[in-house]
Amino acid sequence: MDISSINPVLLIASLMVAATPILLAAIGELVVEKAGVLNLGVEGMMITGAIAGFAAAVETGSPFVGFVAAAAGGAALSMLFVLLTQFALANHVASGLALTLFGLGLSALIGQSYGGVKPPPIGKLDLGPLSDLPVIGPILFSQDLVVYLGIALVAAVWALLKFTRAGLVLRAVGESHDAAHALGYKVVRIRILAILFGGACAGLGGAYISLVRVPQWTDGMTAGVGWIALALVVFASWRPWRVLLGAYLFGGITVLQLNLQAAGVAIPVEYLAMSPYIITIVVLVILSADKNKAPASLGRIFHASQ
Amino acid sequence: MIVLEKRPQPSRAWSLATPVLAVVATMVFGGLLFALLGKNPVEAIRTIFWDPLFGEFAFYYRPQLLVKGAPLVLIAIGLSLGFKAGIWNIGAEGQYIMGAICGAAVGLAFYPLDAWYVFPLMVLGGALGGWAWAMIPGILKVRFGTNEILVSLMLVYVAEQLLASMSLGLLKNPEGFGFPGSRNLNDYPSASSWISQDLGMHWGVVAAFIAVIFAYVLLNRHMAGFHIRLTGDAPRAARFAGVHPGRLILFCLGVSGALAGLAGLFEVAGPAGQITIDFNTGYGFTAIIVAFLGRLHPVGILLAGGLMALTYIGGEAAQSQMALPAAAIQVFQGMLLFFLLALDLLTNYRLRLKTREVA
Repeated sequence: MDISSINPVLLIASLMVAATPILLAAIGELVVEKAGVLNLGVEGMMITGAIAGFAAAVETGSPFVGFVAAAAGGAALSMLFVLLTQFALANHVASGLALTLFGLGLSALIGQSYGGVKPPPIGKLDLGPLSDLPVIGPILFSQDLVVYLGIALVAAVWALLKFTRAGLVLRAVGESHDAAHALGYKVVRIRILAILFGGACAGLGGAYISLVRVPQWTDGMTAGVGWIALALVVFASWRPWRVLLGAYLFGGITVLQLNLQAAGVAIPVEYLAMSPYIITIVVLVILSADKNKAPASLGRIFHASQ
Repeated sequence: MIVLEKRPQPSRAWSLATPVLAVVATMVFGGLLFALLGKNPVEAIRTIFWDPLFGEFAFYYRPQLLVKGAPLVLIAIGLSLGFKAGIWNIGAEGQYIMGAICGAAVGLAFYPLDAWYVFPLMVLGGALGGWAWAMIPGILKVRFGTNEILVSLMLVYVAEQLLASMSLGLLKNPEGFGFPGSRNLNDYPSASSWISQDLGMHWGVVAAFIAVIFAYVLLNRHMAGFHIRLTGDAPRAARFAGVHPGRLILFCLGVSGALAGLAGLFEVAGPAGQITIDFNTGYGFTAIIVAFLGRLHPVGILLAGGLMALTYIGGEAAQSQMALPAAAIQVFQGMLLFFLLALDLLTNYRLRLKTREVA
């Protein structure tokens, strides 16, 4: 075993890549949960986005079109969640599970003819001398654009929730849908928009896995990242910047265990591979004392007649 | 304009009718999906739902119904208890794997001893394995308030890695010429769960029927069952009635874990035969659909388990005869859950046509 073969700069640069799918999905889910909706279908929307983006990118040869299609695919699947929870008033937990089961099947069905295909590569930022700087260059100035998009989304969501009227209304709907309704806000409409945003973000995250991180298509390739993203929202106590922190933490663990596998540490591969999931549980336990930060109407069904 | 009006009482008639309606709607939309894939929809639906029961080769398929249905019913019965009380164990797949690993390990430890007590000990091991795996989210939930949905699901991935490790390491067949996977328990009569392979009867089928009866009695004739239903319908009232929420959580998760573990053990000691890397086939997740399709009612779950087993068997038949992709069946099963949840609206609400009034 040779731990010194792990380069810390490359480790940090690649943990940002590993963290991006979780980050995108989690920031979308944060907005959804802030609106008082618990969408457990993140995994299903991610995998749908992954195949939609992959298929579109392969067919058109453009990763950009791929990401747009992925966002559309994730949002389209979340529309089913809208129908179930906002119009058919179904239980949020059960509907989210349905979304995940359905998404996994649907993606496998669409993905049949895409096994073993290579997607078009995505361009990296190149700022000339800045990107060539030692240490900071590879970390800050030569990632692909989606990594920056993820960080920008976190900043945008934070600003939206903190400084704008729209953010205030969104939070009001999440804290007390009855009060928001009485004030004349369109509870259902606002929640639909939030759910669609969450779906689009999850789709982007999924496509990042299939187009950049892996990059190829295999069935069920998101492998629980959607669920980790859900855990991350709890971990972050519904605060955007903490989502970023948490995503990088999980990204770091993922990359580190892969590096340890490659370096041939004496721990069997299977035990290293289960570490991100175990650490998720541990973190959940440590932070579950902080429950009162959850939006008060989270997961409750709203019907104007009641 | 259509307006929803809440019913004072959930409608009994609709509550029985919605699962049937959902199945019909799934057949219609599933048929459309098959047509989109270029298959004859009528033939596909017939291959999946009719031929295995009444077709030419029904004698081969009917026993399979028991083999596939037993683990689904067994797991779904356990899940339904928790779902009724608002305790969401969605990691049954992991508990199923752990039950199989623990049970098989007990059996393999006794190999090649021929004794009557080997199989009962394996059953015990399987139940304990599943129970212990479900106790992790249970204890964390009671002690720290950790979300049981996320923890139980994370543990599925951990269990899958453990399964890989076991089939490549500790439980690997020493005479297996280096191939991954344990000894085949079907070659070890004292550890086999088969009663009659021709009839598809194994002890898991028996256990599933016993579980249905027990769950029915528990829910309808026993205080614990009343507490479960009360907690689901009115958590605050349950607290006043003296229900201890922590104990209830541990009970529901423990029972569902033990039943999922049993399902895993009966599977590994019978139809599957050995511990391999890809031993688990998603029964733990499909069982969630079974539980809802059966309206969380034991008898309903029995029927739903049969129907879902039919989609597995018919799906395989359609795969070999019509080249229908396996994933299409998965989509089909997912669709069923969608329609169920959507149509459930009619149980609790009345649709009324109304002209828009000034508020």
